[in-house]
Amino acid sequence: MDGLAIATSSAAAADMRIAIRATDLGKRVSLPAGELTILQGLSFVVNGGEAIAIVGASGSGKSTLLSLLAGLDRPSAGEVQLAGTALSTLDEDGRARLRSERVGFVFQNFQLLPALTALENAMLPLELRGERRPDAAARAILQRVGLGERLDHYPRQLSGGEQQRVALARAFITRPEVLFADEPTGNLDAATGDAVIDLLFELNRDAGTTLVLVTHDDALAARCHRTLRLDHGRLVGA
Amino acid sequence: MTSLRLAWRFLRRDLRAGEVRVLLASLLLAVMAVTTIGFLTDRAERALALQANRLLGGDALLRADEPIAPPARELARSLGLRQTDTAAFPSMLRAGEAMKLAEIRALGQDYPLRGSFRLAAGDAGSREVQGAPERGTLWLTRAGAQAFAVQVGDVLRLGNAEFRLAGVVLEEPDAALDYFNVAPRAFIHWDDLPGTGLIQEGSRVTYRLVVAGEAAAAQRWIDATRDSLQRGQRLETIADARPEIRRALERADRFLGLAALLAVVLAAIAVAMAARRHSARHLDGCAVLRCLGASQSTITGIYAGELLLLGVLGSALGVATGFAVQAALGGWLESVLGIEIPAAGWRPALEGVGLGLLVLLAFALPPVLALRRVPALRVLRRDLDAAEPGSLLTALTGAAGLSALLWWKAGSAALGASLLAGIAATLAALALLAWGLVVLLRRVRGRLHGPWRYGLANVSRRPLASVVQVAALGLGLMAILLLTLVRTDLLARWQQSLPEDAPNRFVVNVQSEQVDGARDILQRHGGETATLYPMIRGRFVARNGEPVAGTDFSARGERAQRLAEREFNLSWAAQLRSVDNEVVAGKMWAADAHGLQEVSVEAGLAESLGWKLGDRVAFDIAGQGFEATITSLRKVDWESFQPNFFVLASPGALDGYAASWITAVSVPRGDLGLTNELVRAYPNVSVIDVDAVIDQVRNTANQVADAVEYVFYFTLAAGLLVLVAAISSTQDERLLEGGVMRVLGASRAQLRLAQAAEFAALGLIAGLTAAIAAGVLSGSIATRVFELPWSPDWRLALVGGALGVVLVTLTGLVATRRIAAIPPSQTLRALQA
Repeated sequence: MDGLAIATSSAAAADMRIAIRATDLGKRVSLPAGELTILQGLSFVVNGGEAIAIVGASGSGKSTLLSLLAGLDRPSAGEVQLAGTALSTLDEDGRARLRSERVGFVFQNFQLLPALTALENAMLPLELRGERRPDAAARAILQRVGLGERLDHYPRQLSGGEQQRVALARAFITRPEVLFADEPTGNLDAATGDAVIDLLFELNRDAGTTLVLVTHDDALAARCHRTLRLDHGRLVGA
Repeated sequence: MTSLRLAWRFLRRDLRAGEVRVLLASLLLAVMAVTTIGFLTDRAERALALQANRLLGGDALLRADEPIAPPARELARSLGLRQTDTAAFPSMLRAGEAMKLAEIRALGQDYPLRGSFRLAAGDAGSREVQGAPERGTLWLTRAGAQAFAVQVGDVLRLGNAEFRLAGVVLEEPDAALDYFNVAPRAFIHWDDLPGTGLIQEGSRVTYRLVVAGEAAAAQRWIDATRDSLQRGQRLETIADARPEIRRALERADRFLGLAALLAVVLAAIAVAMAARRHSARHLDGCAVLRCLGASQSTITGIYAGELLLLGVLGSALGVATGFAVQAALGGWLESVLGIEIPAAGWRPALEGVGLGLLVLLAFALPPVLALRRVPALRVLRRDLDAAEPGSLLTALTGAAGLSALLWWKAGSAALGASLLAGIAATLAALALLAWGLVVLLRRVRGRLHGPWRYGLANVSRRPLASVVQVAALGLGLMAILLLTLVRTDLLARWQQSLPEDAPNRFVVNVQSEQVDGARDILQRHGGETATLYPMIRGRFVARNGEPVAGTDFSARGERAQRLAEREFNLSWAAQLRSVDNEVVAGKMWAADAHGLQEVSVEAGLAESLGWKLGDRVAFDIAGQGFEATITSLRKVDWESFQPNFFVLASPGALDGYAASWITAVSVPRGDLGLTNELVRAYPNVSVIDVDAVIDQVRNTANQVADAVEYVFYFTLAAGLLVLVAAISSTQDERLLEGGVMRVLGASRAQLRLAQAAEFAALGLIAGLTAAIAAGVLSGSIATRVFELPWSPDWRLALVGGALGVVLVTLTGLVATRRIAAIPPSQTLRALQA
């Protein structure tokens, strides 16, 4: 709650350093059996350059929260400000544009596009932004994640660890202000997972990116600056 | 029973959820394609059967190329049958300055003995008329009245006589289904025939003796007449009414049916794809059912039952749609055939349902049956799926099903097998071409950006599925291209290939005493060099002294038998015209030879009839015998548009036999001077306008091709269904990838652009594949069948590509419209689990 206090008492200049502001956030869905509340009354702030972990048991609402913060879904109540923009003021395509400009993603099961090579996957976000010559940047960042020799390989030709490295390259190529990572090591063995996490934090540090990491791995959460703990859709500790 | 109830519940749910819609649509299309054709031909056949005696104008008729001798008439009289005569022949008909070749029918007083004429009355009305036109008057078919621009009351000239137009015929006996005979027809009274002076030596007249009366008596007359048929005579009865029409209908049924089967083959591919997807989606449900204790037979009962219900539903809908389509087309058919056609029977409907169930059985059952092998453990471990049906089994049942379908439609196992091989080879060739283009696309895509690159990548990512879709779409597109562009192109090329100065008027029926006068008229109209050739009609009766009959040649095929039975046009010449005649065996007589009994025979005819050099062939010419030795065989270029003869005699050999004369001249297109002057001077002379004949050939070809083209739209639609089935089988992946793209910041427009790029590329490949295949096919048709020079036609690629892009892009975008509409979080949540 400290962050919120600081943010509200500061002027606009201080706001520039706030990457995400959630205000009284709630999410309900209608089911045949009645309304189900997934998230309720969440308010917090994530500062620029900060790394936070969202932890909680299965079904506690972690992934839903991530979806709301990233503008993938609309909240039933409250408001999210992402990189200084209130998401409620944007339509679906507006939110997509905001993501392509300011946000990066890493998923548990990598979500590379199987039709594209490693190089093509890495440069896709730049292409979606309309950049004409994205290959140099993509080559450089794949080199950086140790896949300089595997540019023309398709996802199915890569190991799980390698696929997640391509996903990291894809996430960081736009130098996003905020990176959302959803259980990034969930599908990897321990050793590979550690290597990927090391790389993630390294890239994060270099780029000064704000990191929002969903995990139920406490060790991983401990590497972040702060932990938001969810229980039955409520924030129980920060 | 429980299984069936469950099956019904599952089907209702699946239908609501849209799960089985592709399966249902494919089935519907297959059944509709086949039943539409089935209903239409069934109706035409029924019309023929119901109206058989009306079509004959009586209960039976004897048809001959010479006046019918008294015995047949006396027999009819003694049996108490009514009888009447008709005679039909082509002749020039004149109304004012307009002069056209018309089909003239002279009708006995009582004709028709069965049925009636329907004449136009007033503005839109009509009236039934029994009996022939009154003497001195004439009726014209509606097309004829339009061609001559005449109205009731106008006077027309036929031969030496004048007639007043007394009626416009809307329906006539004995003419129904003469779809391709568009020459105007005129009807006069039998007793007016002599006054026209048109029946002379060498005139080609078809005489008919029509009888009607009590059935047993008619049958006795038929039996007796059949036993004493003369050469050139044919008996037609209700049972075998209009055999040529019946054969044409059978051929149309078979051909259109097979064309429709092409759509069925593609729809079956779509059924197989959709069924695989259907069973894949039911793996979890089956595992749960197994966990809950359902036996394998219960699972089979539920899912096979669902399939069966789906089959019945799809087939019923297909039959209903087919029925609706043919009902709409029925009116058109009635106007084309000129007769009322009765409603269709049940047979096509039953065939349709049978076909639907067969397609489903052969193509959809194997993956669905495999569901019963789903292990219950899959409830815990989702990666466990032992339910993949052996692809060999699917292929085998599919091939067996296809063979059965083709066998049924083709009417013979051999033809069915060769058709199956043909379709498989065509699809394989299309697939090979498609594969090449897909590989090429993979190279191109590196130069593209963003959504374009992603869309194109999707095409080469599932190369096998892409190739199947392209081949299926290509087949439909190819047929359409062949029937539209290539058809008109071939006709145009053929016309261009005719020599500029090729004769375009044939002058026939010139009598010997008219030859000098006719030559003068010809010379005044640009026919300075026109040669008049004598023409003597004779029937082949003996070879090397052995008498022959037409049936002796039945073993040599229909053509040989027809050639042997019909009357030959014999001619004589001092020497051969070198431009279109070439001696290929033996030796021609010397130009000044006289008194030889020799003939020169066209090589193809000699081969058909088994005539050899040195054979003596004998002909019966109007009761007189003529015999000569074959001393040479000739190759004839029939496309020279010059009068040519199968049998040419040496000078003097045919002296003393009655001849009529024929020639061909070239006059400016549309020029009527020659025709008018010739026919005015010699009313019996007919002038055939070759330009009009070529126009008629083109019209006929266009009409036939149009009819066939409609059938191939079913094929195209089935190709599109294969596309939809393929899209639907990758729907989950597409949803997930669409979600990822959206998360990465792709706008809806970018996502749609990527999809459009994918389908446009697929359509382009399909269109190009079709264009290349159509080009190659048209090339071989042009060079082998028409012996025309051929060069690639770039319009094909252009039109094919454009057609493919538009059709496939629109269909693809509709089929994937949901993907961009679902919020990305929902997609990821639903499919990540």
